[in-house]
Amino acid sequence: MKIFVTVKQVPDTSGTVAVNPDGTLDRASMQTIINPDDMNAVEAALTLKDELGCKVVAFTMGPPPAEGMLRELMAMGVDEGVLITAREFGGSDTYATSQIIAAAIDTYGVEPEDIILAGRQAIDGDTAQVGPQIAEKLHLPQVTYAGEIQKDGDVLTVKRILEDGYMTVKVHTPCMITCIKELNNPRYMNIGGIFECYNKQVVTMTYETLKDHPLIDKSTIGLLGSPTNILTSFTPPQKGAGMMLAGDGKETTDKLAGILAAKHII
Amino acid sequence: MFNSSDIEAFKNVWVFCEQRNGEMMPTTFELISEGRKLADELGVELCGILLGDDVDGIAPELGVYGADKVYVYNSPLLKTFTTDAYTKIITDAVAEFKPEILLFGASTIGRDLAPRCAARLHTGLCADCTHLDIDLDNYQKFLKEASTLPEDRIERTKSVKLAGADHSVARDLKMTRPAFGGHLMASIICPRFRPAMATVRPGVMKKRENRRTAEILHLIGADYIVSVGRGISKDVEKGLALAEELANELGGVVGASRACVDAGWIGADHQVGQTGKTVHPKVYIALGISGAIQHKAGMQESECIIAVNKNETAPIFECADYGIVGDLFKVVPELIESIRAAKAAK
Repeated sequence: MKIFVTVKQVPDTSGTVAVNPDGTLDRASMQTIINPDDMNAVEAALTLKDELGCKVVAFTMGPPPAEGMLRELMAMGVDEGVLITAREFGGSDTYATSQIIAAAIDTYGVEPEDIILAGRQAIDGDTAQVGPQIAEKLHLPQVTYAGEIQKDGDVLTVKRILEDGYMTVKVHTPCMITCIKELNNPRYMNIGGIFECYNKQVVTMTYETLKDHPLIDKSTIGLLGSPTNILTSFTPPQKGAGMMLAGDGKETTDKLAGILAAKHII
Repeated sequence: MFNSSDIEAFKNVWVFCEQRNGEMMPTTFELISEGRKLADELGVELCGILLGDDVDGIAPELGVYGADKVYVYNSPLLKTFTTDAYTKIITDAVAEFKPEILLFGASTIGRDLAPRCAARLHTGLCADCTHLDIDLDNYQKFLKEASTLPEDRIERTKSVKLAGADHSVARDLKMTRPAFGGHLMASIICPRFRPAMATVRPGVMKKRENRRTAEILHLIGADYIVSVGRGISKDVEKGLALAEELANELGGVVGASRACVDAGWIGADHQVGQTGKTVHPKVYIALGISGAIQHKAGMQESECIIAVNKNETAPIFECADYGIVGDLFKVVPELIESIRAAKAAK
């Protein structure tokens, strides 16, 4: 039994975000982090590994420096990393991305007992589309927004969190589960793990590795193979500053209430 | 054989009408209203697609909001949402009737279902859209208001290079959405495949006026929202009680920043912002909220924003119509009294 975890290195959007004059993101000036929801997927995989002693393999698609992120995950306990990287893969939208990652996972080999875990969504795009689309391309069932996962033989019982409640879904392996932050608290790297991670294997899959896979075709990958195109990107204008009311006493709140009443807001 | 790249074969705008337990989700009405606008701009029909068990009874109301037709699929197997069954029905229906646009609410169900359908149909999907256009003039007017792009860049949005040739986007759905936590907006098109698919953020599209008023009080759609942030940490219970009292005084509801939800002080359904809900009430009162961009993304379209914060450099003041620098525990009781007095004086 194996657990595949798909992870993404993303710019840290919680800090200051620099935008180029042409409206694109100045990625060079930003810190990269492991996508937060993906950390919950990794933790879920490691929790299952602690219980069942299975192998955990992390998959990422990105430029070669993403290997550093795979090493960090190995220091947490992930057994092996797969780095999917090629110029041909650049500019892929969610459709093309899932096509490539599905091909990579399929090339590695999915067995009946296996589970694929992904984060719900990445903070750079917030689409939540790649997980379900990988599942579709691999013809596997999916459960998204997992807040609890229990494994009993080849059946997983997943608590799927909705806006107004939850569903309990039973699903057979092999399957895709996307994880949310309520699922767990990701562990830290440990000292032993940091030493060990450099003895573990990172497999690189390039266009050459995957080009004969049925999912990989120049017309379905990369910028040209992406069904969606960016028409334009822009920064929203900042709203002008409003009226600051001096003081924090009753006279100030009276004044505010007076303005609101005069404008028929209250 | 279904061919998603045979653009000419596709016609009409479709909306996936999400129901739960036989009740239409409120977002469906927003989507139907928005879909009506798009269908009118294209000069085509607006159709709903509704899946469930014995749900014919809730279909006619969609007509009130502008649907021309509703395809209803009833089966005990469709009573509760499952990815497999819903994907099968929807992709089969798309293959049979060939709509050019297919919209879903960006709910936990829509965001599970839409990517699966798009992958099976081999077409493009844009997530969590906040603005949709067909008409190019309307789109460019929107860019003039909502962006800082110069005129010539806006003018250039009328076409894109596609396989070396200029492709006019006049009949393409232009799907605008926030990216990078709201730091950047992007307009996406799906020029080579149909249907162009989008999930639409709940609470953003304006619902047409209708007679229905009896809806559960909810953050989305509330006229007055009093939101609390990290500033209540000094005394969480009292901070929440004050917010509730102020909200009650205004006939509104209590919202919260992500910090409060993450800290477990209040339930996630109260969360306003990029990962929470988008709201545009008449009045949004931010108490002790610093105003991270992710929070602003969910509330800056409010008609009137009032901010109370101890820190005069808090970013929330940049988008506030009225700001008071002070301790919310002192200011809020005063404000409640002042509002009572002002109302009494009317």
